[in-house]
Amino acid sequence: MDYDVIIIGSGPAGCAASIYASRYGLSNIVIGKTQGGTISYAHNVENYPGSNGISGVDLMITVEKHVKDLGSQIIYDPVNKLEKVQDQFMVTTSSGKQFQSRAVIIATGTERKKLNIPGEQELVGKGVTYCVTCDAPFYKDKTVVLVGGGDAACSGAVHLSQFAKKIYLVYRGSSLRAEPTWVSQWQELASAGKGEEIFNTNITKIISEKDKVAGVELDKEFNGSKNLACEGVFIEIGGVPGTELIRPLGVKDDDSGHVVVNQYMETSLPGLFAAGDMTDQSKVMKQVITAMAWGAIAASSAYKYIKGSQAPQLIGVAR
Amino acid sequence: MSAIHLTKADFDQKTEKGVTLVDFWAPWCGPCRMAGPVIDNLAVQFQNKALVAKVNVDEQGELAEKFGVMSIPTVVILKDGQEVERTTGFVGEDAYKEFLEKHLK
Repeated sequence: MDYDVIIIGSGPAGCAASIYASRYGLSNIVIGKTQGGTISYAHNVENYPGSNGISGVDLMITVEKHVKDLGSQIIYDPVNKLEKVQDQFMVTTSSGKQFQSRAVIIATGTERKKLNIPGEQELVGKGVTYCVTCDAPFYKDKTVVLVGGGDAACSGAVHLSQFAKKIYLVYRGSSLRAEPTWVSQWQELASAGKGEEIFNTNITKIISEKDKVAGVELDKEFNGSKNLACEGVFIEIGGVPGTELIRPLGVKDDDSGHVVVNQYMETSLPGLFAAGDMTDQSKVMKQVITAMAWGAIAASSAYKYIKGSQAPQLIGVAR
Repeated sequence: MSAIHLTKADFDQKTEKGVTLVDFWAPWCGPCRMAGPVIDNLAVQFQNKALVAKVNVDEQGELAEKFGVMSIPTVVILKDGQEVERTTGFVGEDAYKEFLEKHLK
């Protein structure tokens, strides 16, 4: 199949890129790995304008519908290979489907970071989890450790507090770096005795008993011991950019592995645009609203690349 | 045909023979809702070959406990009622398909 633009990634950046591309009259398809991307893990998105509380999944279901209503399609079939032959991009998915396009917008986000410590992998599903929204209800009246100090960790702790008896927030930094709203909600929990902060500390091992999480080992003492008993370990330490597909193309990235883009979302490879959490721009903010904005800009730049002229100003109202 | 929903009452009887894929899920779990259509799709693809089923852990707490499910989505493959494979987190259609095919051989 031949398109003007292929969008790889079905999160906020990819979907927004498709919406703008469709309105520019560019034929496009969104090829994703999972529905909605990372935001689908958020139990409540409270800062997306126009909605002061919606689950990540519900938000993305409406966005997806918008993409389809404008005539594009979304398929879930992970892309295995991205190549550029002369002026044409070739995309191959894991089921063997092939697509071609003049331009590609890549918005593959991030892959969840792991602690990479003993016990972690063996105990996934047995007390170790990477999804607060999914698993919080399994920890009713239990003591849990939550690792991290950003938005996902603090908002996760707030959600978890509806179920767990006590939450220890273990963070390697010396102060939380989440949105102040989340920090103050966490601090309320802490002052009510439901939460306790353990800063400047790393977890070195996850301890099990009878094939279930029984505690964690810390790299420094807390209340006189390096061992902390708990029944669950929630890991919310962010992600690493998902740049595997474009590495073989020699696209420029930075020290932290983010794709380097300019203000037009152009990568170092002509015709390849990038948006969302995988780009170096996302180091400023990793938010739905910014990812979508970058997706929109990428679509406008793809238009210019394909048509050779500036994309029309979209007013959004019939006149 | 989409995946069937199993309960405590019919679980053992429906899974005692052949290969079964059971998806433990809940409506409040984002990745479970992403996995939902994939599981339904597998039910179509493996019709007459394997039973593809879902268990809502919210409604079927006892089944979730019996299987020691502490994280969802968890997909368990049973062969003649015995657990032969388990995976936690949404791993994508291909991985589930591979599990089914492996145990259908």
